[in-house]
Amino acid sequence: MSVKTFSIDGKVISAKEGQTILEAARDAGIFIPTLCHFPGLTNVGACRLCLVEVSNSSKLQPACTTKVSEGMEVRSNSEKLKEYRKLIIELLLSERNHQCSVCVANGNCELQNLAMTLGVDHVRFDFRFPNLPVDISHELFGIDHNRCILCTRCVRVCDEIEGAHTWDVANRGANAIVITDMNQPWGESESCTSCGKCVLVCPTGALFKRGVSVAELQKDKSHLEFIIQARVKKQWIR
Amino acid sequence: MDLAELLEISEKERRKKKPLEIHCCVAASCVSSNSQSIKDKLTEILRNQNLADKVDVIGVGCLGLCSKGPLLRNSQSGEFYCNVSLDNVEEILKDLKGEKCRIEKISPDDPFYKKQMHIVLENSGKIDPESIESYIANGGYITLYQVLHEMTPQEVIEEITKSGLRGRGGAGYPTGLKWSLVAKSVAEKKFVVCNADEGDPGAFMDRSVLESDPHKIIEGMTIAAYAVGAQQGYIYIRGEYPLAISRLQTAIRQAKKYGLLGSQIFEANFDFKIDLRIGAGAFVCGEETALMQSIEGKRGTPYPRPPYPAEYGLWGYPTLINNVETFANVVPIIRNGSEWFSKIGTENSKGTKVFALAGKIARTGLIEVPMGTTLREIVEEIGGGVPNKGKIKAIQTGGPSGGCIPASKLDTPVDYESLIELGSMMGSGGMIVMDENTNMVEVAKFFMEFSKDESCGKCIPCRAGTYEIHNILSKILNGEATQYDFEKLKLLCKMVKETSLCGLGQSAPNPVLSTIMNFEDEYLSLLKEDI
Ligand SMILES: Cc1cc2nc3c(=O)[nH]c(=O)nc-3n(C[C@H](O)[C@H](O)[C@H](O)COP(=O)(O)O)c2cc1C
Ligand code: SF4
Ligand code: SF4
Ligand code: SF4
Ligand code: FES
Ligand code: FES
Repeated sequence: MSVKTFSIDGKVISAKEGQTILEAARDAGIFIPTLCHFPGLTNVGACRLCLVEVSNSSKLQPACTTKVSEGMEVRSNSEKLKEYRKLIIELLLSERNHQCSVCVANGNCELQNLAMTLGVDHVRFDFRFPNLPVDISHELFGIDHNRCILCTRCVRVCDEIEGAHTWDVANRGANAIVITDMNQPWGESESCTSCGKCVLVCPTGALFKRGVSVAELQKDKSHLEFIIQARVKKQWIR
Repeated sequence: MDLAELLEISEKERRKKKPLEIHCCVAASCVSSNSQSIKDKLTEILRNQNLADKVDVIGVGCLGLCSKGPLLRNSQSGEFYCNVSLDNVEEILKDLKGEKCRIEKISPDDPFYKKQMHIVLENSGKIDPESIESYIANGGYITLYQVLHEMTPQEVIEEITKSGLRGRGGAGYPTGLKWSLVAKSVAEKKFVVCNADEGDPGAFMDRSVLESDPHKIIEGMTIAAYAVGAQQGYIYIRGEYPLAISRLQTAIRQAKKYGLLGSQIFEANFDFKIDLRIGAGAFVCGEETALMQSIEGKRGTPYPRPPYPAEYGLWGYPTLINNVETFANVVPIIRNGSEWFSKIGTENSKGTKVFALAGKIARTGLIEVPMGTTLREIVEEIGGGVPNKGKIKAIQTGGPSGGCIPASKLDTPVDYESLIELGSMMGSGGMIVMDENTNMVEVAKFFMEFSKDESCGKCIPCRAGTYEIHNILSKILNGEATQYDFEKLKLLCKMVKETSLCGLGQSAPNPVLSTIMNFEDEYLSLLKEDI
């Protein structure tokens, strides 16, 4: 397998052929924000937080789906990118109901963490407060659509790792929403195996374990990463 | 089927011709104003008067001037009978007998027709779209025969490349280059897809071509399939086009029956099948990756490219996707040669373009003009300008992905590059004329409302960004916005354009940006003081 040499923000790094910019950056300890990416799941390029400037393209490219090439120059931290990333986080925070102080994921939420890391100190848009349901028909888990950012990590982990394909997306635009089976209550889903992978993979407080109170939710993703590693790369070592 | 049989069908069809034909438009717009009954009534009267052996009434595709439909044409004089109703069918009869008639007629020398050049629409309004014999009599399928027996796939691709044809679906990607990419991809299977989704509001070019001349698309796709090495084709068409769907079904059935689709076409070592895929009518399903997801039976949302469909398309196999109008250009190019084609148009935009002309002008309808025709020629000469001495303020091209060109730029020749320079784009060919009473901020809001509703919701900049842009536009129109909001609007537009996943989001801000570029005063005059 050949090795590619390229640079990110002036720092020369090497990557295996076929690796994405994001994978190579992570290997080299360079931070690129992401929300829809989860190692081992298909990349969908949906959250647009990982966009970078690439020397051979006039358009911004998602680091999670763009393969490295020899001599490529990547800029991951320009003023423009920083501004756009902040805007994306602000749009996410305003489109649903993110009241961190009363959220199960408070302190353990990827959206909240990124907002802090990227310096989002206020939101320039009016909060929309849509009237979205909370489904706690499942005996172990629940979903609060008010905290969902539609990253579809739950959809993919359930389809690609658990093999159940309980989750999917319904509707479009601002009305898009994740659903279970044919849009019936989760508790009535016939495909759900109650494995809990979707809850573990969810970056926010949208999917939670029932009985967990505000700011108590712990999402230890290492167990999930182990399973994915085992399935995808056929490596059973912790 | 072999060449002799094809020529025999053509000969037989021509022998059947009667001295005079009345062509009655049976494309969607005229059908919706009763043209079928008019055709039936005229046929009946002619039969009753024992004229049926001298005059034939034939249903044909769109005659162009849809706003004056139902439209009929007299094959001898070439004149068009306008706004025909059931009550004045007898007037047409009087005209045939040389008596004085009171029906409105338009001469083929009218500027509406004189300024046009028909390549894509060469058969529209001339042949019966439901009869393969009618198509064959007009030279149909001979080009396919020649391609299969006299040309190598490489030669076909070279002709298309040399012609300079660019995709008519919006982006204007060089067609020959796309074909050669698919041809070069190595795989056990390949696909050819015709994109007939046509989701732009106000656009009906592709629908019209399919309703008027479906065999031309089948022949063009089959030639493409031979050139790139595909065995299976799909026409992806929206369910809102029932007439086009039924004509395509008829055409496919007829072509199969004659051995022009299926195995060993024209007894050559070449198999090709075409199936229809009916879409539910989501704008985003016209985007090629979403379209392929939809054909595969999945949720129609786009995914990042590369890999491009030419390399990794339907079910992972190399796939050629072209627009209806692009395929419609293939037969004329091969028949007349790339040199003929490349002499038409401008330096970088060859051939003609079909436009759906609409808005505040005297004559609206379907037109086809050489690239490089100026906007002024199109709207003032062909379209007849704004009625009642009104003034043109702007021309909207490119639908929700395009923008508004101010009247001061009317002398711009229409081609891919010059429209982009003016902050708009060719798009698929919608063209809406706006008069001086139009509020440009409202226009921007109208298109943003469309994009917001049609966003698939997969990526955040488009899903939430279009919503906020629409919000700010509403605020501006309500007189509730300040300079701060206006700055935020511009920033959001830039961000949505640069960060969205697919072409829908990437072009959604264009109507706003172009109206700001050309009509900023209108925005500023609506802002209130900062507090
Ligand atoms: C949101 C969106 C909608 C589109 N809709 C259509 C359409 O209705 N018809 C079409 O031919 N192309 C459409 N396109 C362009 C196609 O993705 C694709 O570029 C085109 O079909 C390629 O054919 P061409 O090279 O012949 O133009 C659309 C693109 C986007 C981003
Ligand atoms: S999901 Fe995250 S960002 Fe949203 S309310 Fe909960 S902690 Fe805050
Ligand atoms: S529920 Fe969680 S994992 Fe699923 S789409 Fe929403 S935020 Fe993503
Ligand atoms: S740009 Fe809009 S339509 Fe395209 S993927 Fe993103 S949300 Fe969907
Ligand atoms: S991580 Fe790349 S787009 Fe979300
Ligand atoms: S539909 Fe009849 S003239 Fe266009």
